[in-house]
Amino acid sequence: MKARPPTLTKFRDVQAELARSGAALFRDPDGVESLVVRYPYAIEYIHSYAEDSPFFLGLAEGRLRGSRCTKSGCGCVYATPRSHCMECGSPTEWVDLPKAGKLHSWTTCHFGSEAFLKETPYNLALVEFDGVNSLLLVRLKDARESDLYVGMPVEARFDPNPKYAVTDIWFVPK
Amino acid sequence: MVTGGVTKFAKAHPAMDFRLMVKRAYDYAVKGIPNLTKDRIDGTRISYFSDHFSRQLKAASMVQDYLGLNPKGSVRIEWGGATGGECFQAAYEAVASGRMDVCLAAGYETMSRVATWKGNEFIALASDTNFDFPLGGFYTGYYALMVVRHIYEYLRLTRFAHVQDEREAQRLAIQEGSRIMSMVSVKNHRNALHNPYAQYPKRLTVQDVLNSEMISYPLTREQICTMSDGAAVAFLCSESVAREFTDRPVLVKGVGCGTDTMRLADRPFGKVPLMPNESARDYAHLPYPGVHSFRAGRAAGLEAYRMAGITDPNRELDFIELHDAYASSEIQTYEDLGLCRYGEGYGFVERGDPFLRGIDYGFPTPHAGAIPVNPSGGLIACGHPVGATGLMQGVFAFWQLQGTVPQHFGDPALQLKDPKRGAIHSHAGTGSSVTVSILERGFR
Repeated sequence: MKARPPTLTKFRDVQAELARSGAALFRDPDGVESLVVRYPYAIEYIHSYAEDSPFFLGLAEGRLRGSRCTKSGCGCVYATPRSHCMECGSPTEWVDLPKAGKLHSWTTCHFGSEAFLKETPYNLALVEFDGVNSLLLVRLKDARESDLYVGMPVEARFDPNPKYAVTDIWFVPK
Repeated sequence: MVTGGVTKFAKAHPAMDFRLMVKRAYDYAVKGIPNLTKDRIDGTRISYFSDHFSRQLKAASMVQDYLGLNPKGSVRIEWGGATGGECFQAAYEAVASGRMDVCLAAGYETMSRVATWKGNEFIALASDTNFDFPLGGFYTGYYALMVVRHIYEYLRLTRFAHVQDEREAQRLAIQEGSRIMSMVSVKNHRNALHNPYAQYPKRLTVQDVLNSEMISYPLTREQICTMSDGAAVAFLCSESVAREFTDRPVLVKGVGCGTDTMRLADRPFGKVPLMPNESARDYAHLPYPGVHSFRAGRAAGLEAYRMAGITDPNRELDFIELHDAYASSEIQTYEDLGLCRYGEGYGFVERGDPFLRGIDYGFPTPHAGAIPVNPSGGLIACGHPVGATGLMQGVFAFWQLQGTVPQHFGDPALQLKDPKRGAIHSHAGTGSSVTVSILERGFR
């Protein structure tokens, strides 16, 4: 017969026990005991970038591409691409964006989701470009929290070993 | 609305799964109303945010079945952080359309089933997974981006306009903004000292909040809500049957919902949709919403106010329970909902307008009681079990308007004096969808 798992009164200890043995009994302040078990889950997706594909292919070639509305009189330019215009619904065409812009806003993340915890601290920045109506969210590298300010000139860098992800581009202070 | 119930929100409720939590809130709501029996319920609207947290699809069906409400009609509601607020409005619509006389709105979340930083990852999957998530998908980071710009627009360019050095001016503005955001955190944590349902009641000082761990600059741990386990239910009824269940019903006088782009980077720079008491001249040079304000919140407020006949929310509302996932978004929301003009949010806190009278916050609040915001303690202090949160606000607002806070909380401190009308406000990911509902006392 299998021995009962250890009884613990702190949820933190339950989590540690699950990592160790896979099961624990949690006893709450009212004396109620609950069996808690480890329950892993992993999945691989077959993810298509679909209509956004040219953006990611562009990054791998060192190009930053946005979208421009093809309707005369609208002509909205989007830094984060979209294949149809948000304002008028017309199709857009691909345009090369400037490789330099300014910080519209920024932050330094000292924590993050589990997937990114090991990369902390990292900077996130919204970059604005001359002549472009919307912004681009990027990582900002080679800069400390105390260096950053709204309006700071920044320029793009491309990963020489692209992974076909938005992280193939980042910005640095100009 | 004729009754409601809430479980205590907690970091973890390992002894209750989501079905039992909802059952506890349900039993609390129907206790003392003998004729609110199961056969009077025409159907349900059940809300939870993420299937990832319990790895159980169609969990709402399991709630329905645990409550023994089959084969009545039911539908699951999900709309990010605004899930609970949407559920409340879905139940309202079921009744207002004539389809039901009695609709149960029930919501829950069990977020303790994964580690905190994994939970943050699930939440961040509610951002664009092509363009936003892979950069470090982290909601606190997104809200930090928004408040840095809000501070730039409304403190750097005003109070610190005289400072020549750009970096120095922005640094001073962020310090000032952080101090004022901390006052909001102190307010909500101290209000919650009188709310037995709250997860984190605390007697904090502004300095404590500023000194707490930096999560994403400039937001510190005490300026951010936590993940929680919890459930809440609200019973909505047609006016023709409401008085069979209570002689103190609360009327839903207006509902509103607004949306905005999923990606912060796509927010336009246009014109402010005006409240009836605002003028285009107020915002002649303000690009809107940009990333500094929540256009969805403004749209939801405008729709709900129009339906309720409210033209000056600051004067015509007695309190608001709003979605303070971050102290920053509470301040941004004052402006979206027209409690003050855009740009006046920081001064609004410093004057004390959203504070309660009779509670010691450790600093002067000369206008306290003007329009109490989050008298319950809000998300920052009560916790944020997403699918339950908007309904929790509904229940707390309902008890305020009934005048039954002392009885439900076992403490009279948070009961406002004779409130006639309040609002609840529920908000999803960076303001991509927002609901506002106006509740009014329905008895003399």
